Amino acid sequence: MSETEKRISIKSSADIITARGVGREMAKQLGFNIVDQTKITTAISELTRNIVSYTGKGRVIIKKIHSDIGKKDGMEIICTDKGPGIESIELVLKAGYSTSGSLGLGLSGAKMLMDDFNIKSKPGKGTRVTIKKWLR
Amino acid sequence: MDIPILKIENFLVVTIQAEMSDDEILKLQEDILSRIKEVSASGLIIDITALDVVDSFMGRTLSNIANTADLLGAKTVVVGIRPAVALTLVELGIRIKWNLNTALNLEKGIDMLKRRIERQGAGGAF
Repeated sequence: MSETEKRISIKSSADIITARGVGREMAKQLGFNIVDQTKITTAISELTRNIVSYTGKGRVIIKKIHSDIGKKDGMEIICTDKGPGIESIELVLKAGYSTSGSLGLGLSGAKMLMDDFNIKSKPGKGTRVTIKKWLR
Repeated sequence: MDIPILKIENFLVVTIQAEMSDDEILKLQEDILSRIKEVSASGLIIDITALDVVDSFMGRTLSNIANTADLLGAKTVVVGIRPAVALTLVELGIRIKWNLNTALNLEKGIDMLKRRIERQGAGGAF
């Protein structure tokens, strides 16, 4: 495991704090400003909380990335779980949609805060959410 | 981690000093509400200066505390939101449901509570 990639398994709400800390630290090291550090950390918090709330356990990978095309560096966060999956991705991406009585801002919030957002989900198999933020 | 709940005049002041797990936040919520009842507080100030992340869960919990405190007769002001946190909250879209009163710092928070309670005492609409 290189220094530019961290894996954290997510099982409880304490792991959310750990993942946030790792994300914040990497964002700081890569030179993201305080606002972007906060956005990245908040997005990690939303996605890892989804894992804890809906599936019980999963994993987050936080890593440094580089784009040859854009000649820029950035950060990528991949959250995976083997939970129930999502029936309608369109629906969960609507701000305010929630099945758990929360604000329903988890996925849509993470999408708003980051530059790239990708979600793949199969009902019964699990979900993978990938988010990216590029250094400006 | 037990977070101290201080009493100043008829107000309770809670300073969140470190990142809290969900369980700790919910425990704090219970502690605050029972303390409001215990001392018949008319105001509650929650200082979140130390928080560098406020996600939707934390936002919702703060909002729940304020709504419940209101039912118990105490008005809530959240103080010390960092600029980067404020920007993130607005982008998260939390503003819509974030029915909380906020002030820049503790001093302004106390002023705000005093004005609100005076207005209410004078029979004005809250």
